[in-house]
Amino acid sequence: MKFRKLAGGAVAIVVIVAVAFVAYRLLKPEGPEPTPPIAGAAQDLPDDMSRGEYLTKAADCAACHTEKGGTPFAGGRPFQLPFGTIYATNLTPDEETGIGKWSDEAFVAAVREGVGSEGHLYPAMPYTSYTGMSRDDILAIKAYLESLPPVNQPTPENSLSFPFNQRWGMAFWNLAFFDETRFTPDSDQSDAWNRGAYLAGPLGHCGECHTPRNIGFAMQSHDYLAGTEVQGWKAYNTTSDSLYGIGSWSDDQLRGYLSRGHAPGRSSASGPMAEVVEYSLQHLTDGDIDALIAYLRSVEPEQGDRNVTVNVTPAAVEASNAVLPGDDAPVEDPHGRRLFEGDCAGCHQWNGIGRQTEYASLGGSSSVNDPTGTALIQVLLRGTSIEIDGVTQRMPGFGGVYSDTDIAAVANYVLAHFGDKEGTVTADEVAERRAGPAH
Amino acid sequence: MKRNSTRHEPHDGFVGLSRRQFLGGMGAALTLAVSLKSGIANAASLASEAAADAFAPNAFIRIDEAGKVTVVSSYLEMGQGTFTGLATLAAEELDVPMRDVSVVGSPADLRYANPILEAVFGRPVQGTGGSTAMAGAWNQMREAAATARQMLVNAAARRWQVEPASLSVTDGVVVHEASGQRIAYRDLLADAAELPVPENVQLKSPDDFRLIGAEQGTPRVDVPAKTNGSAIFTQDKKLPGMLVAVIAHPPKLWGKVQSVDSSQAEAIPGVVAVVEVPGDDKIQGGVAVLAHNTWVARQGRGALKITWDDSQALTVGSEAILSAFRDLAEQPGIVAEARGTLLDDAPEGGTVIEAVYEQPYLAHSAMEPMNCLVDLQGDRCDIYNGEQWHTGDQSAAAEILGFETEQVSIHQLYAGGSFGRRANARSDYVREAVTLARTARDQGIEAPIKLVWMREDDMRATQYRPLTVQKSRMVLDDAGKLLSWHWRIVGQSFMEMPEGAVDDSLVEGAKEMDYDVPNLRVEQHNPTTFPVPVVWLRSVGHTHTAFVGETQIDEAARATGQDPYQFRRSMLGNNPRALAVLDLVAEKSNWDTPLPEGENGERRHRGMALRTSFGTVVAHVAEVTLHTDGSYVVDRVVTAIDCGVAINPDVIRAQMEGGFGFGLSFLRQGIVFEAGSVVQSNFNDYPVMRMNATPQFDVHIVPSSNAPSGVGEPGVPPAAPAVANALAAMTGHAYHSLPLGGSVATS
Amino acid sequence: MITFTVNGSSHAFDGDPNMPLLWYLRDEADLTGTKFGCGIAMCGACTVHIDGRPVRSCLTPVASVDGRSVETIETAENHPIGKLVQQAWVEGQVPQCGYCQSGQIMSAVALLKTKPSPTDDDIDAAMSGNICRCATYPRIRAAIHSAAEKLAYEA
Ligand code: FES
Ligand code: FES
Repeated sequence: MKFRKLAGGAVAIVVIVAVAFVAYRLLKPEGPEPTPPIAGAAQDLPDDMSRGEYLTKAADCAACHTEKGGTPFAGGRPFQLPFGTIYATNLTPDEETGIGKWSDEAFVAAVREGVGSEGHLYPAMPYTSYTGMSRDDILAIKAYLESLPPVNQPTPENSLSFPFNQRWGMAFWNLAFFDETRFTPDSDQSDAWNRGAYLAGPLGHCGECHTPRNIGFAMQSHDYLAGTEVQGWKAYNTTSDSLYGIGSWSDDQLRGYLSRGHAPGRSSASGPMAEVVEYSLQHLTDGDIDALIAYLRSVEPEQGDRNVTVNVTPAAVEASNAVLPGDDAPVEDPHGRRLFEGDCAGCHQWNGIGRQTEYASLGGSSSVNDPTGTALIQVLLRGTSIEIDGVTQRMPGFGGVYSDTDIAAVANYVLAHFGDKEGTVTADEVAERRAGPAH
Repeated sequence: MKRNSTRHEPHDGFVGLSRRQFLGGMGAALTLAVSLKSGIANAASLASEAAADAFAPNAFIRIDEAGKVTVVSSYLEMGQGTFTGLATLAAEELDVPMRDVSVVGSPADLRYANPILEAVFGRPVQGTGGSTAMAGAWNQMREAAATARQMLVNAAARRWQVEPASLSVTDGVVVHEASGQRIAYRDLLADAAELPVPENVQLKSPDDFRLIGAEQGTPRVDVPAKTNGSAIFTQDKKLPGMLVAVIAHPPKLWGKVQSVDSSQAEAIPGVVAVVEVPGDDKIQGGVAVLAHNTWVARQGRGALKITWDDSQALTVGSEAILSAFRDLAEQPGIVAEARGTLLDDAPEGGTVIEAVYEQPYLAHSAMEPMNCLVDLQGDRCDIYNGEQWHTGDQSAAAEILGFETEQVSIHQLYAGGSFGRRANARSDYVREAVTLARTARDQGIEAPIKLVWMREDDMRATQYRPLTVQKSRMVLDDAGKLLSWHWRIVGQSFMEMPEGAVDDSLVEGAKEMDYDVPNLRVEQHNPTTFPVPVVWLRSVGHTHTAFVGETQIDEAARATGQDPYQFRRSMLGNNPRALAVLDLVAEKSNWDTPLPEGENGERRHRGMALRTSFGTVVAHVAEVTLHTDGSYVVDRVVTAIDCGVAINPDVIRAQMEGGFGFGLSFLRQGIVFEAGSVVQSNFNDYPVMRMNATPQFDVHIVPSSNAPSGVGEPGVPPAAPAVANALAAMTGHAYHSLPLGGSVATS
Repeated sequence: MITFTVNGSSHAFDGDPNMPLLWYLRDEADLTGTKFGCGIAMCGACTVHIDGRPVRSCLTPVASVDGRSVETIETAENHPIGKLVQQAWVEGQVPQCGYCQSGQIMSAVALLKTKPSPTDDDIDAAMSGNICRCATYPRIRAAIHSAAEKLAYEA
């Protein structure tokens, strides 16, 4: 009996806390509209770009709302979530299938509150971040989208399993997890820092991928940017932690990575991050990139899942040159090495410097230092490409002919040689990734 | 063809070669082009190069004023050493040093046509294929050279007023032993040209051969130019003002252009024109972008916005094709061979082995992607090409242009590989290039145009080795003797066939197999339901029948507890040539002594396979290491070959090494269609053997005085089955479908 | 304007800076010994040396060779190692169709420059990126060893 009482008490407390929390959520003010120079387009906006276009790029709308090979912003791109597939909508001004008939109010509500024409949006649409944006910025984006040629392309039906196909359910999710608040500048920090925070948060929504999610699929605020797995790829720790994050990256490295997808001596962006750079970051002005760097440097260091510590001078690489691997390079897996020497060395070289392009350099990259090989498997299976300034850098995929064993072997070889890590990639895991989302 | 009563060989090179064998894709020339009767008068007009020659006794031999010999080859040199073989035969009979001999490709000319091809096609055709160049040239080139030699000797005899028989020749110098008089060929040319062509010439006795069969072989004539970058392939050929064309093919096979917006392409600096190339039932066509620089043309192609009309396009994928073929494999087909009576069931204590085998489409993927240079000027058309199908391509071009064939000249260049791809009965890429040139001319573009396919175009718009489904059933008695073999092959015909006709190429190696099987039935289905263009690939039907036959024999041997070597031996009683090759390979590979164990749990085993193709018998024994993760490598290959007289043993060894490597790639390659499009695009998804997968080779040539047979193709068929047999011996799995991939299940 | 040297002579180019070096060499400079095979750095047919290092010219933008020195198969024989390698190629009768061989030789020269007496493993490591569809690999391996022996002898 005692137990019952206790349990009843606990339930009562939970209910009270929940009600209070909901009330707090509902009543909490959204805050004032952010204003330039923190919000708005870049101060050094080039003449040939409109404010709306710039903001659309900074908010990276195109990456999600464009199908592979499809018309930009016409939607249709599938996103495979744990509970089903949802499709990005058509943002062109087509009256029937796009946003042609949307009022400003409706558009702003969709972006900031996740309420679309058919009800609540799923948080694959990052309104949880976009909610910090200013109304002006959102309307500038809308104006830009309206300037595009309309494309009549209906968005495929989402295929979600019950109960996730119940849009009203999102209302409860929102109550629990959605904090509708405008971006508030930190008066202790510089304008540049605040601008960086606005870019990384409300616009660029970095946290949506780089922050681990809780059981309710919401970002874990205490682990902000600490890195996680998303869409089968790895979003690395981008906090200022010097061991696990970007704390030891130089400004040049950060600048290179953000503005062209390659940090000399460090990583090249691949997979979903390559898209972010391609569609969004490469278009940011120098001033905005610097602001972003200033902000990222200040993000509280977190260790995240700790599994990626980058060795920028692994022994095997140090002993190698462009043409040959070092004599003492351990060859634990002759199969992996054989595949590498035939199909990979032509671009990456034995010392990982990258032969024809810096994008092929492997030394210091997070992917070849992550013993789980998460991103490595994806790149090997599906390849990756990035278009910077109209020039495409591409690594072809090998999933078509490499067996799961082959992929595991070459991934573990690469981890050993270029990261000095004992890779843990297994054929079974490759099989799972092969069947999983392409991103 | 005129036959010479005094020659030493009992028959010409074609005896024993079936109609089908030169239909085979590649290797070398089909036959010598023209009979010796065409003589001096005709020869002079054959090649423009002849103008500078002082002496041209026939279509194949020219000697210039410096005494240098030029051999005219009606065959393509695509890597198999054909030019060198021809030069060797000529130098041997002419008694000149190899350094004085060079080889040029002949133009396309029906006077170079092959009488056997004529019988097949019902019209004369000049082309290269079927591993028969040396077989064909064996008598004809030697006769051509011996005729030239005899005329030169006769000229010297007349000058010195002595009997021709009293003269000898060393290194191009005629010597009268008795008087000590000497005169070089170059000083006899004018006299010799006046003399009649002798009716009968004597060929050398094999005992007197200096060059033919020399162990180290005569050095290849094309090697120096191929080591310093000076050899000119079609890709390298340039003409003044030439434009390069890169074409956008339909993404789905046989799709058509509905509309094209070329404004962005035309805006690229350097793009000269955009030309729509109409597709038809032979070519894909598409939209070509023309520029002086290949890269610019390619960028232009990337900027085209094309809407395709897929109403006529292939819509299905390989899965649908396979499934339709699987159904057919269960139904009786056209009988290609039947002897004895098939057994339905095994006798008491016997064994039935039955399996369905699937092999994919294969692309030739020669190192040089397909290309063709067309110079269309007024009423003339000059085509520059690694030409493997001379007169076929010539008449295709003439037909497109509304020309007589004489208005089309074909200039033969080196081919960067071909493996059969450049001999195409549809003349596909040549047609595409000529159609493009014609359309461009109609648009007012007056320039030679070189159509070049990028690697992806070559992989995707190409013509493929047919996909096959084969059902094979063996019945063995209680002693393990193979009593009955029922083999059904489903695949598209290599060539258009009348309804119900047997395509011999599709069933070659099954139909007239090496082994003695009392009850045999070979059937085929050659459905035309799926319009995927197919064409021969190096060793043609043997590419798919050797895998089935040779791996099932091992499966049967394993099932009946027999040694695969002894099992094969027991069925070769009526085939002494094949038996000798098999015994030789077993002996040289130490077949009876097991391989030493590998390290770290690796397993090692040998596998063997045997196949007669194109008149040549080849057996490979592959030593294979299987790693614990299922990956495998071929460490060493022992090969035995009987190809008749070994004209150039070094070239034969090279062809065995290369043929094995080519065939080994079948274990990993496959062209797959999905919804009418080819999935593969480049070497990342269509892998080929690389240096680090290359075994060591040990090639043994059976001494023979039989007329030579080809070597370009026969090394290919037994390669993949030999390796699969070694793997199967270790894993216990029988492999029924290709590709296997780079690793296999280990248990 | 991009300026660089090719085989010792100076070149200047003001076209598309992103044009791969391969197409500059073949189509603008008429040096057709360097071949096109795949265009994605997977076959090695287009291998040339930039400042003495082997690169796949099909993916090397012309702009990236600004101020640098390019060497191609056409002048390989001017260097002692190149000459030895070419001789070994002829003696070993390596080429079949020949299309891949310029790239093979350029890679082999780079290997021998890096390591004058390579092992079989070294040859695998340095040469496996060069495809030969005719599978002349065993002869390439033998020719490299034989060039290495001559190199040791001459040294
Ligand atoms: S063409 Fe450059 S590597 Fe193949
Ligand atoms: S010799 Fe033909 S591709 Fe190498």
